[in-house]
Amino acid sequence: MNLVIVNTRVANLASVDFAFRRLGVTPVISADPAVIKAATHVVLPGVGTASAAMRSLESLGLVPVLRELTQPVLGICLGMQMLTERSAEAGAGSAVATGETAGSVSCLGVIPGNIERMQAATGKPLPHMGWNRTEVSEHPLFAGLQDPWFYFVHSFAAPISAQTIASCEYTQGFSAAIAHNNFMGVQFHPERSGADGARVLQNFLELAC
Amino acid sequence: MLAKRIIPCLDVRDGQVVKGVQFRNHEIVGDIVPLATRYAEEGADELVFYDITASADNRVVDKSWVSRVAEVINIPFAVAGGIQSVEQAREILAMGADKISVNSPALRRPELINELVDEFGQQCVVIGIDSFYNAETGRYEVYKFTGDESRTEKTMWETADWVNEVIARGAGEIVLNCMNQDGVRRGYDIEQLASIRKHCSVPLIASGGAGAEQHFIDVFQQAEVDGALAASVFHKGILPIPTLKRTLRQANVAIRP
Repeated sequence: MNLVIVNTRVANLASVDFAFRRLGVTPVISADPAVIKAATHVVLPGVGTASAAMRSLESLGLVPVLRELTQPVLGICLGMQMLTERSAEAGAGSAVATGETAGSVSCLGVIPGNIERMQAATGKPLPHMGWNRTEVSEHPLFAGLQDPWFYFVHSFAAPISAQTIASCEYTQGFSAAIAHNNFMGVQFHPERSGADGARVLQNFLELAC
Repeated sequence: MLAKRIIPCLDVRDGQVVKGVQFRNHEIVGDIVPLATRYAEEGADELVFYDITASADNRVVDKSWVSRVAEVINIPFAVAGGIQSVEQAREILAMGADKISVNSPALRRPELINELVDEFGQQCVVIGIDSFYNAETGRYEVYKFTGDESRTEKTMWETADWVNEVIARGAGEIVLNCMNQDGVRRGYDIEQLASIRKHCSVPLIASGGAGAEQHFIDVFQQAEVDGALAASVFHKGILPIPTLKRTLRQANVAIRP
């Protein structure tokens, strides 16, 4: 077991680090391409905006490194969104607040699909924030879980697609998790989702290279 | 189904959890980490820690407890108190807090909200608002420095206007603390919360006044808030969280088991 959390510089790494430590695993936090390539499991965390996070990955020279990984990779929240092809979340905070978007940002493209702004709906405030019951597939990431509750905080989401391995309903149906080959992403925060979230992280660690 | 959130609030002073009545006469409730752990295990959906001394004293106190909390609990938590800059927020978030909550410093310099949102994203910026119902004028007025009775002062803002202002600046969530109700356990200010709810496009958390299970049912059903924050009913063991959540589920409120 050689778990590496990618240090994207913009993400809150502590809570993800602590969550794995509670499972008895000590992650290595690194932005070093050699360290990331040598890992058995890679976690890509993320908070903030897709454009800021992609700029950070580019400046660290990690875009080609992450694209070529063949071991299990788990993107969390914005980390999941960065695994897709494009994100509509290109604006700064003030633009987000007024509902404007300034185009879209190119992401890692290792999972097919794009990230879109969630639709507004009466009586359903955005961001989608809180615990939501989630429908999970047979994917090994969700082994042993039935109708789990996960903690979400986001305004952008991956639509339901062939890559969807868990789904959720708020103002619209959306992907709570997506996967393609060795790349997996969860929109929720498993590190902050109680026992159900811990089980997802444990399941990830049990995936073979 | 998105669950309504039950949020114990831990007022922190000098590294311990305290509780006052209408912001005064603070008594020590206990140590931070054991209390946070207990609430997480009992089914709290989120925790909020307010460092009630920081803003009023114009200082940033030792926040190393943030990291100790992040280490042991597996539910989200927010930290409030004296966060006046992007750098201070960065430090708290780096220690493992999921959100930062800003109150008085945003009133002093509203641009702080934009700066925090631009840097960390809308989802981790919570704005706390202390709102007082002035019976003489019939208006809801925003107060600042409520952590220190001697320095508490009225601002130029009416509550609804300040709510609009912080949302326009990108706030991701609002905690509305109704000061008239704080600590007296006679129920949330349903009227005020319902009126704010109508034009609040981000999650709204009710604070101040929880004393009985029915108060939680009322605030979720009548004011349609996204979460209900409370302190003394949890600290004093008046409402055990598992029992409260069972009652809410029986009343058809969407609640995480």
